[in-house]
Amino acid sequence: MKDIMIQLDNVTFEYKNYEDENIAALKDVTLSVRKGEFLAVLGHNGSGKSTLAKLINALLLPTKGKVLVKGMDTLDEDKIWDVRQAAGMVFQNPDNQLVATIVEEDVAFGPENQGINPSEIRKRVDNALETVGMLDYINHAPHLLSGGQKQRVAIAGVLAMMPDCIILDEPTAMLDPSGRKEVMSTITRLNKEENKTIILITHYMDEAVQADRIVVMSEGEVALEGEPREVFSRVEDIIGLGLDVPQVTELAYKLRKEGINVPSNILTVEELVMSL
Amino acid sequence: MIKNITIGQYFPGDTIIHKLDPRIKIMIIFLFIVSLFFINSFYPYIFVLLFVASSILLSKVPVKFIFKGLKPIMFIIIITFLINLFMTRGEILFELGPLDITKEGVFHATFMALRLVFLVMGTSLLTLTTSPIALTDGIERLLNPFRKIGVPAHELAMMMTIALRFIPTLLEETDKIMKAQMARGADFESGNVLNRAKSLVPLLVPLFVSAFRRADDLAMAMEARCYRGGENRTRMKQLKLTVRDFVSLSIMIVLMIGILLFRFW
Repeated sequence: MKDIMIQLDNVTFEYKNYEDENIAALKDVTLSVRKGEFLAVLGHNGSGKSTLAKLINALLLPTKGKVLVKGMDTLDEDKIWDVRQAAGMVFQNPDNQLVATIVEEDVAFGPENQGINPSEIRKRVDNALETVGMLDYINHAPHLLSGGQKQRVAIAGVLAMMPDCIILDEPTAMLDPSGRKEVMSTITRLNKEENKTIILITHYMDEAVQADRIVVMSEGEVALEGEPREVFSRVEDIIGLGLDVPQVTELAYKLRKEGINVPSNILTVEELVMSL
Repeated sequence: MIKNITIGQYFPGDTIIHKLDPRIKIMIIFLFIVSLFFINSFYPYIFVLLFVASSILLSKVPVKFIFKGLKPIMFIIIITFLINLFMTRGEILFELGPLDITKEGVFHATFMALRLVFLVMGTSLLTLTTSPIALTDGIERLLNPFRKIGVPAHELAMMMTIALRFIPTLLEETDKIMKAQMARGADFESGNVLNRAKSLVPLLVPLFVSAFRRADDLAMAMEARCYRGGENRTRMKQLKLTVRDFVSLSIMIVLMIGILLFRFW
């Protein structure tokens, strides 16, 4: 199918632990992501959600099954750089993914590795920094920026490689609330305005609510899948998986339990107020 | 407390000296150092002094910054001066107990001291007027022709860049760990040398662990951004030689030829 960006077919990933036993981080996962979709992946620690991200970027290769990015198999060694170009990745720690000592040099790092010609790199760097709203900091040293700003520079670094899909592995986990807001609004803008496919791995429910679709991982398997409204209406299942639901949804759930008639699929404060 | 350490001693500016191509600057310094070692009489030093003084004036770097660079090696200069002064044999000028001061000794000692002073002045002018990034870039491109004989030009430059990038981060982290350990009663300031060295262990262990984790993360992030070594890599910023680069290199070459002629003629 043409409008599929990423396709995982029965993917299993195993690694060896210190006692040389095979541990499966992902078990027989099948998942597809459409072009332009905003997918959130939820799960507690060790649920395999980071492994999933690294498999799509070909940083890890599946033990069994196939990962296809824009139809390219990540197991195909000749395509590995095309896969990484098509599916850019942003990591959790903003400090540990910036390479250069100046913002613009860091954003240029990706395209430079791809062997793009200098005038084109210049254009891409300026565009990418403008998209994330960091053009004013073009000559700054990364260590003097705030966490949210660093993470936006990291996103710009990926954007400069012109990917179709951006995978973000808990990009807000180490940020303060204002940094989280900056990064989240950048991500939603990239999805809506630049039409990038977004895979956001997170453990913040309020971030997952903004996605088109949510996948909940548990023990290396897809436990729940669906639109945010649908997924969060299954409050008991989610709590059973060791996760939280958004505060408002939880309140609505408790109200229902007490016999007050509110719908089960409430996601925002306004909705709850309206139905009450 | 550790945060106040500045790395490198770049003095930002927009002068001709700042704008020179880093490759040319490195070449000039290299020729300058070689030339210094060929000088064996006083007259060439006048020209060297003129050259250094006019470069400093053009760069608008305050002279006190240049002298600051001399401070740490003052001790070495003085020792070299004294050893040369007392150990050179020749025509005795006067005697100080068992030590003789000879005419040749005075000459040698002064030469040596001047040579060291100019050497340090020249190199600190280079680091004061060139940002660490430009310097790394210059080194990479100058070493590039030697790749064929196995000089890892790109790798060296990448290592320097990453070091420069992570020094502030690691300093910040050291500061954090130090405070955390102090909050739990660690004492970094009292006791003799041995005790103080011992008290650094709870600082260094977490620092190393975190540095390795950072290295791991960074390697992964670089791979994700298609990093595969220096091959087929392009650069956003191209270095271009202009007239001023050729002029300044010519001035240095003329100075060098002059010095060589003076020595061997």
